[in-house]
Amino acid sequence: MQKSLLIDPEKCTSCLQCEMACSFEHEGTFNPARSRIKIFEFEHGRRAVPYTCTQCAEAWCLHACPVEALVRSQETGAVEVLDDVCVGCKVCTIACPFGTVNYNPDTGKVIKCDLCHGDPKCAEACPTDAITYVDSAWTGYERMQAWAVKTDNQPAA
Amino acid sequence: MGWQKNVLRVNLTEGTAKSEPLNMEWAESYMGERGLGTKYLYENMDPKADPMSPENVLIFATGPLTGTMSSTSGRYAVLCKGPLTNAIACSNSGGKFGAEMKYAGYDLIILEGRAKSPVYLHIVDDEVEILPADELWGTGVWHTEEWIKARHQNPNLKVASIGEAGENGVYYACVVNDLHRAAGRSGVGAVMGSKNLKAIACHGTKGVTVHDPKKFMEVIKDTHAKLAESEGRQGLTQEGTLAMIDAMEEWGGLPTRNFNEVQFEGTGKINPNFAITKNENGHVNLITNKACFGCTIACGRIAHVDKDHFTVVNRPQYHHASGGLEYETAYAFGPVVGVDDIDALTFANFMMNEHGMDPISFGVTLAAAMELYEVGAITKDQTDGIALNFGSAEALAVMAEKTGKGEGFGKELALGSKRLTEKYGHPEFFMGVKGQEFAGYDSRALQGMGLGYATSNRGACHLKHDVFAEDMEDVSGNGKAEPVKKSQDVVAMIDSTGLCLFTTAAWGPEDFAAQIDAACEGDWPLERIIESGERTFNLERMFNLGAGLTKADDTLPKRMLETPAPSGNAKGKVAELDKMLPEYYQHRGWTEEGVPSNETLSRLGL
Repeated sequence: MQKSLLIDPEKCTSCLQCEMACSFEHEGTFNPARSRIKIFEFEHGRRAVPYTCTQCAEAWCLHACPVEALVRSQETGAVEVLDDVCVGCKVCTIACPFGTVNYNPDTGKVIKCDLCHGDPKCAEACPTDAITYVDSAWTGYERMQAWAVKTDNQPAA
Repeated sequence: MGWQKNVLRVNLTEGTAKSEPLNMEWAESYMGERGLGTKYLYENMDPKADPMSPENVLIFATGPLTGTMSSTSGRYAVLCKGPLTNAIACSNSGGKFGAEMKYAGYDLIILEGRAKSPVYLHIVDDEVEILPADELWGTGVWHTEEWIKARHQNPNLKVASIGEAGENGVYYACVVNDLHRAAGRSGVGAVMGSKNLKAIACHGTKGVTVHDPKKFMEVIKDTHAKLAESEGRQGLTQEGTLAMIDAMEEWGGLPTRNFNEVQFEGTGKINPNFAITKNENGHVNLITNKACFGCTIACGRIAHVDKDHFTVVNRPQYHHASGGLEYETAYAFGPVVGVDDIDALTFANFMMNEHGMDPISFGVTLAAAMELYEVGAITKDQTDGIALNFGSAEALAVMAEKTGKGEGFGKELALGSKRLTEKYGHPEFFMGVKGQEFAGYDSRALQGMGLGYATSNRGACHLKHDVFAEDMEDVSGNGKAEPVKKSQDVVAMIDSTGLCLFTTAAWGPEDFAAQIDAACEGDWPLERIIESGERTFNLERMFNLGAGLTKADDTLPKRMLETPAPSGNAKGKVAELDKMLPEYYQHRGWTEEGVPSNETLSRLGL
């Protein structure tokens, strides 16, 4: 079963524990500037939206890479960067329509979400379940269920 | 590690900015933030200096846990000599600025001198610029943050700035970061304004590394879970600190109409339940809760004012959501001035955030002005035609804005209640200590709180000790001296780690020790960090003694000492300070005159 990160902005309090967990897992330091997931705040904090790679099936970044430094993990479905192959040309950062592939000037390589090889630390760190790791086939399940409850207008027996 | 081991020293007179290594000997004795900031302040300025002169030193300080994955790790403190109190000022704030300052590579930023004309600091890692802020002078915090981010085309910048209140020398002006988090008390924003410094904008890419990452993450897992599961945390998430308003009303410790009463009939219209209740227009005050950096609690509130309310009608710029009511703000705009209009309270809260003022000091100063008005010491001619009666939502809303902008009678309210009441011949109407106004707890109903107010080094303050449990257990002053002393030391320790006091909803001192021990080099047992807190508290006292404060300043207003509480659990009681204070000095190892003894000083290595 393939799994995906399910993001619910309604639950996000903008605490950035996900950004710290992500940077710690990948860089060994707490450094949101090098996080693969980012929280964006709007309207004085009224809304906060976590954003990261969606692991496109037809990954634009992967197709754009001229040196085949981006590969699909069969196990998790994530597109991963092979650091020893990546030449830092940044074509993938241009190709990604969502901006979720980024260049790290400290290493000269690009960075993107790799689902922590199947154990995403952002989901583990999120204190409000705004980020969860669920069956890819059912990312809409909870929302569907919530609407089903709202639209249930049958009179009670 | 934990520390970045680097200090940025900015001389605004000379226009220079240089980094220097952090004094690690001091860091190991004081940890960080409040403690380390106090040590640097003590060593860098004459405590006799005029707070509004270039000789005052303004320090932004983070702790070793700031910017790490410890819960609530966004905090930083602003220190200087306070203009409201002439004592040491140390105000801390959450939001995201503190962590960003650390990521840029600095444990402390020390600001000396005074710029010739308005400037702001722009910091991206090692690149530090002092840039002109003429275009920003005379504008609010919200505009300033937006302008700076747009000017540098960098939405990642975190901004700490002052509004017009700080520019105009409102004695209780604050420093606001991330639009609605503030280093609120003691007038640190007025000092920033006196230096012609409008803002500090930071972005950092350096990250924070801890000493023992594996051990640290294990401790973090445990402490996060402990906090998440605690009842106290859940209460703060759901209702915010505003829940205290009902609790204090019921107890009879809710200061009402400038402390003439201790219970308020209008709490039902400003409490957490009312904040989520639809009004006749279908408007609900509270929109959501919001976390500071790294925080598991998310006690912050985001609220908005009904667009038909008199405060914002035809003013669409205030129809959006922003930082909403927390307990102290609700008390200071509600009971203490007798107002129960939640939209007026929220609008006044917006004014505090936008213009950069401490809501506690503003509200209690307005309450004093209302008492002056009601006894006829000031008249409508002096108050721009506004009747300053207790209960007037109009007076609250209008005066909040006028004070922020430095207009009309707002200039008088900018003095703070001590100076205001003296000026108009009724010093007995000042409700505070050392020139700083009381928080929302009456000293007759909470005796330990009263002792904490009297002995707090930054003037009346509810955040520098925590004896709430003891006060709820026993309404007398018996046995309060020792817990006040002990909790003052523990709070000084917590403030020095870079974490938030609200974590004590679940954590004991040992939880802080475990995190410091894993994050920092060396061994940090519980005794060491508590002693560090005690050292900090005593050094603050030494600063104050140097500034000319004495035992006579460790006192409470006559209304607390001589007028019995009119109702509630403490009905008939006065604050028992005379009994508690000598006991307190003994527990502190201070002389009868309140001076740390040589023994105490040498025990703490001072």
